[in-house]
Order: sequence, then C-alpha cells, then structure tokens
Amino acid sequence: MPKFKLRIPGFLKGMLIVFLNLFKKNVTVNYPFEKEKLTPRARGVIALDEEACTSCMLCARQCPDWCIYIEGHKELQPPSRPGGRERSRAVLDRFDIDYALCMYCGICVEVCPFDALFWSPDYEYSEYKMTSLLHDKEKLNEWMETVPEIQPLEN
Amino acid sequence: MTTTIDPENLPFISETSVSVEIETEGMTLNIGPQHPSTHGVLRLVAKVDGEQIFNVEPVLGYMHRGYEKLAEVRTYPQITTLVNRIDWVSGFSNEIPFIAATEKLMEVEVPERAKYIRLILTEMARIASHFVFNGAYPLEIGALTPLFYAMEDRERVLDLIESVTGGRFHPNFNRIGGVKPAAGAGPATKKDIQDLPAGFYQETRDSMETILKACDKFEDLVGGNEVFIARTKNIGVLPSEVASAYGVSGPILRASGVKFDLRSTTDYLPYKDFDYEIPTGENGDCYDRWFVRLQEIRESAKIVLQAIDAVPSGPLQAKVPKIIKVPEGECYVRAENPKGEMGYHLISEGGLGPYRLKIRTASFSNISVLPWLLEGVLIPDLLAIMGSFDFVLGDVDR
Amino acid sequence: MSFGLELAIKVGVIAAIAPAMALALTIIEIKGSAYMQRRPGPLHVGLRGLIFPIAEVIKFIQKEDIIPTKADKSVFKWAPAYIFISVFGLFVIIPASPTLIVRDLELGVFYLMAISSFSTIGVLTAGWSSANKYSMMGGLRAAAQLIAYELPLILAVIGVVIQAETMSLVGIVEAQKEWGVPFVIAGQGVAFVIFMVAATAEMMRVPFDMPIGESELVSGFLTEYSGIRFLLFYISEYINLFVMCAIASTLFLGGYHIPLLPVEWVNFYGPLVLIGKTFALAAILILIRWSFPRFREDQLQNIAWKILIPLSLANILVTAVMKVVF
Repeated sequence: MPKFKLRIPGFLKGMLIVFLNLFKKNVTVNYPFEKEKLTPRARGVIALDEEACTSCMLCARQCPDWCIYIEGHKELQPPSRPGGRERSRAVLDRFDIDYALCMYCGICVEVCPFDALFWSPDYEYSEYKMTSLLHDKEKLNEWMETVPEIQPLEN
Repeated sequence: MTTTIDPENLPFISETSVSVEIETEGMTLNIGPQHPSTHGVLRLVAKVDGEQIFNVEPVLGYMHRGYEKLAEVRTYPQITTLVNRIDWVSGFSNEIPFIAATEKLMEVEVPERAKYIRLILTEMARIASHFVFNGAYPLEIGALTPLFYAMEDRERVLDLIESVTGGRFHPNFNRIGGVKPAAGAGPATKKDIQDLPAGFYQETRDSMETILKACDKFEDLVGGNEVFIARTKNIGVLPSEVASAYGVSGPILRASGVKFDLRSTTDYLPYKDFDYEIPTGENGDCYDRWFVRLQEIRESAKIVLQAIDAVPSGPLQAKVPKIIKVPEGECYVRAENPKGEMGYHLISEGGLGPYRLKIRTASFSNISVLPWLLEGVLIPDLLAIMGSFDFVLGDVDR
Repeated sequence: MSFGLELAIKVGVIAAIAPAMALALTIIEIKGSAYMQRRPGPLHVGLRGLIFPIAEVIKFIQKEDIIPTKADKSVFKWAPAYIFISVFGLFVIIPASPTLIVRDLELGVFYLMAISSFSTIGVLTAGWSSANKYSMMGGLRAAAQLIAYELPLILAVIGVVIQAETMSLVGIVEAQKEWGVPFVIAGQGVAFVIFMVAATAEMMRVPFDMPIGESELVSGFLTEYSGIRFLLFYISEYINLFVMCAIASTLFLGGYHIPLLPVEWVNFYGPLVLIGKTFALAAILILIRWSFPRFREDQLQNIAWKILIPLSLANILVTAVMKVVF
C-alpha cells in the first residue's frame, strides 16, 4: 500500500501558500513600459574617451575574442617651448568594438593604462542586422554620456 | 530479446507484478538530446519494455566547447573570463579553483579581505545554483509553481552579485592575487575601485533573511506535499559505497550518508572561521538529495550573514606583476562547487598561458553513476532521478 | 412550439454557451495561475489582457495542418471528434432550472456515465495513430488511467442516487431541496471527495496528468496535433472541466437551488446559481492543479483500485443502510 495515512495538513499547507500568493503584488517588470534599472557597475556597453586613448593596442591585444579593431597614426604637434623638439601625438583613425563578438569580460577596460574605456549599464542597443553591432568611434563616444558617476564604497 | 519480469528484484513496481515469460523485443527509446527534462543536450539511449527500462547509455558530447584546448592558447587573465562559463548556473565558483591553482604555483599570498569577499560571493553563487535546482526539480516532477518562487528569490542574490562585480552569471571578478581592484589601470585620480559598494551589507542582510524564510516556504510547499514524497522517497537509492566508487561528489555524496565536504578539509578559502553544519541524508534517495540542497541554502545564508559582519579591511589584491607568467610546475587544486567537486590540474612551463589545463568537473563524474542507478526503473522515475542529480551540460561536456 | 424549432433553439443555446464557458474557464485558469505565480499573465491583448482566449483561438485556426507521414490518416483525423462529441453530449442533462434543461431524462445519471466514458476511445486512438513512440506511450497510459477511474466515478454517484431515490438530475436537485441541505453535508461528503478526485483523473489534469506528462512526454498523446485539431482537444478539455464541475455541483451541492430565494424566480436565478457553484468548484480544481506535482502511473492505479473503489463501495453500503434504517 502506498504511504497514504491521513496526513492532511501536508498538501493543504502547500495549497494555502499558493492561494495566499494570489493576493500579493506581482514582481514582473513590464518591460517595454517599465525599464529595469541596473546597478551602476553592470556591464552593459563600453564607452570610449577618445582624447585619452594613445592607441597603445593593449586592449586589442588582451581581448580574448579579438573584437577591438584599432588603427592610428602619428601627428606632429608644435613644441611645448619655443626652440624645443616637435612632439608627436598618436591620433586614432579607427576604434571599433564588435559587440557581436564581445564577451563583456572587461579585460579591455581593466588593462587600459590611460583610463580611456569605461563601463556603462546601458543595454538597449539591439539591432536588426548583425553588422550594425560594430560600433565605431563616434558611437563609442556617445556612450560616454551614459557612464555613471563613481559610486561611494562601503567603508 | 527475451524479457522476464522477475518480481523479486524490482522494488519500484507495485507488489502485484506478474511473472510472465514473453518473447518480445524491447523498444529503443531515445530520450534527448532535445527534451524538456534533460538539463541541456544529454542523450540517453534507453532500452525499454513498456515503461520499464533495461539499460541506459548516456551519449555525451553534444555541448563540447573545447575548453581545454582554448586554455592552451590564451593568457591567464583571459582564461579567467572563459572559465566561469563552464557551469553557468553558478558562475563565480568556477573561477576560484583555477585562480587558486595559479596562486599556488606563483606562491602569492592573498590578502584577507580578498579571501572574505571571494567567500561571500562563492556562497551566493551556491545559493543561486541551488535555487535553480529547487525551482526546476519540482517542475520535472510536475509541480509548476515553485519555479517562479525560486526564480524570484534567486534574482535577489543575482542582483547582489551584480552590484559588486558587474555581471550576474559571469562575474569575472577574481584576479591572480585577490579580487579585481579597479576598472582601469591608469593613473587617474578618480578611479572606479571595485570594492564593495555602499549599502551592500544591509542589502545582503535583508536578502539573506528573506532567503531563509523562502526556504521554509519551499519546505512546506514542496517537501510537505504527499505526492512529492511518494514520487521521491526510496527512488534511486544510491548506497555510499557505490557513490564513492564511481567518484560522485557534492550534495549527492552527502545525501548518501558520507559526511565529506571540501570546504572543511581544504583551505582554499577561510571557511574554518565560520560556524556551519554539513547536511547529510540517510537513505541516498531522491528526497534526501533534494533536502540536502535545501539545507545547504540555509547553511550558505548563515555563512554569508556571519561573514558580512567580519570582513577585514585591507588591500584587494596582492602585488603581482602586470604581465603574469607563472613559473614552471604543476599542481591540482580542488574546490567545493555547488554541483560537486571541481578541480583544475594546471601544468605550466613558464609562459603567458598554461601548457595544459585539465578540468575535472563535478557533473561528468556524477552522471557516470546513471547506468548503474537506472536499471529496472520506470520512465517517470528516470526523470525524477536525473533531475535530482542536478547536472548542467556545460559542466559535463566542457 | 414544434419539436424542430425547440431542438434548434436548444442546440443553438448550447453551441453558444459551451465555448463561452470554456473561454471563461481559460481566463480564470491562465490569469489565476499567473497571479498565483506572482506574474501578470497575458496583459496586452484586450482590456488588461482578458480577451486573450479569442486571440488564442484565432492563432490556432490560422496554423498549418500537419499530419505525420506515417500516421494513420483517418484515425488521426477522427480522434479529436470522439472527445468533442462526448463532452457535448453531456450538456443534454445539466439542469439550469427545473424547466431549463435540454431533456430531463429519467436515466440521467446512467446516460451521464455512459457518455463520459466515450472519450477514452478518442484519447487512445489519438495516441496510437500518431506514429510516435512518445505519443503511443501517452495514449496507453491514458487508456489505463481512464478505465481505472471510471469505476470510482460511477460508484460515488450511486450513493447519491440511493439517497435521492431517482436517477434524473432534476429529481436529485428536488430531493436536495426537500432535505434542506445539499447532499455533501447530508451524508455524501466522502462521495463528493471521491467524485472530485475521479473527475480530476478523468479530465487528465494535474495531479493525474501522467498521459500529458509535460516534462516527460512533451504533451503525450497530443504531441503531433497542431492547429484546429489541437484547438478541439484544448476546448474540449475546458468544456469537460465545466461539465464535470456542473454535474458535481448538481449532484452534491444543490444545483440551481439556493434556500432563501423565492421559487417562482428560479428560471432567472437558477442558471446564475449553477454557474456560480460550478466556477467555485473549478477554481478549487485550478488551485489544485498549480500546487501539486504529478503521480507516477502505478501510484495512480494504486489509488484508484486500492483506495477509491473500496471507499466508494463502503459509502454505498453505509448509504443503503442509513436509507433503510431512517
């Protein structure tokens, strides 16, 4: 015989729990009309500060997927003191991040020695075509506006 | 194939089974690879007679992604980002033994604060993984509601992990020598230090209290239900000798009665500073495996509550060079993942990346016991047993 | 009124009411289950999502009609019809008031049990003709389950028949009116529980939905059905739910009768009372569906043969003894 002693309260307690949940608020975020606010450190998209980048290629080299494409050239600038040597400055021609390949690991942001890359918690950039997921320099500059402020720490 | 149904050796059929000799062929039923209940693409070639199974042969490899080969052509920081995708349900705990192996070879001393943060996040990953089990296992047995309750509570833990590390499932937060110190390596004055954010302690306390109450709710809703008990008690009994012989580890081994937990025997993280119990089961049946995991959620919540009050201050990462080259040698470090024991065997020849990285995953050894366990069971019991093993195909096939 | 006109009106009324009730029950089930799981359910279709059954019906109608190559075509096509016919046949005897009934048969209960067991053929042929191992297993499990639970269903009702001394459904409601309390309190409480359990098993709902084991057999004997054929199964399941709950409320809870309202107006409040009681019972069954796991098939059979049948036989014995003694 199966174990069917009359232990009634067992499943009745379960039914009561389910029934009481009928009256609680639902926890769904109704997506297109209400958006979920991610924490400031969430890894949504990478933003580029073009002025700070010196095309040292560290981020492109360390990326596990090799999804960063960088091309640059050197320009000569006027010397800082009259009579001095002309300085050269690296200028970016092309800095593309291919978000179809990007793993969102964060290595590029972390190894940049000049703090030119930042994380931003913005996540709504889906496209209809996969080639439009290659964000070029201008678009990466635009993401800089969504980068949040540095948040306070615990202690 | 002659089928003789022997009444003595089949404890799962009701006592009125008939001993009949029929000359029939068994049917080969292919369970998977696409099936709602195998957690991923596992294929079981089952020879069945009506509803009863003769033998089961698992066919693996549908999700092989080549981790060990990938590790040979990547550098150490890059491997850290790849490794947390092996067992994607609890992302953080896959990185820990790998980092511990490299730290052992490099002989780096990890600061205390980093160890405590690692411990808190590992226990949160364990809670997340066991909540997936608690939601999905009743779903296979047929109860459709606990899934939603489990996912709701899991979101709290994932939000906490996200607020610290930036990612919910793939945190990529461990670095050799500690945890990730800052986002960005430049000399800027206002750098984003990736320490615990403000309000973390209080939110964690509230979440863990809610999780403890949720465990009580699950015990009432699922564990007290007579139908659930009838479906899982005395089903799939795994004796402790067989479990140890097949290399089963983790909650399954503990449910069979063996009180063995790598958290208390090895010291890759400071578990000995905390007060927790190791839940074990008596019979080794499916109900015990479910119950052990529920108790483990409670114990993990208690550990996190104790650890929150005791995080020491200090640096987040030890001093390591920028380009990391691990000296020659080999070592094997194992850790207690939510699914079982995970180990990394690292052979390094002094390069930027390892020479060979062998990954020993928990689920691969756990499901090696399935052919032994699934002889003579009915098909609904097959699904109950497979569900109670809580394996993930990424863990099995790597 | 001529016979043909009356028949046409009655058939028209039933053809209008039955799907409407099924759609209303769909709304209660899906929205109710959504709220029980802390989520909103369908939200965007109509006013707060309440018109979604119509969207579902349109979705099923416009789908492609797929028949597997190796399936037995004529049997495959006829299987949903058997179930559909059997549940519609049950509408004939449900009394909405002493006169609002299609036909008050003298052997109402007998007709009921006979027609409701006709759906077994539909389920079995659906599973067998689908040329799919999983469907066949589902069909065989379903056949075993449905046959096993016929008996408690019938035996539980016999107690009511003994107590009411008539087999016609209107007569049973009138007997409850005479007794003053519905039969569930007047001694048939155990039979009520047995009837509800057996009815849940007959409708193949959780906790007895092993034939449609969703996580095992990918919807069992229904796997190969799509489009309008699936819609027929789906609608007949909800009509079956309505009809079984209506019969349970007629036999045990008093049907269209409420003690305090005047009898002359029974043609107006009768249907409403019946629908209210039916929906209350259906809500309880829906709550049970979403809080229980499912039984294994040999546990199912154990419950039917070893627990429910002896209990119902004992119930008949006790009822008969009480009837003779008092």
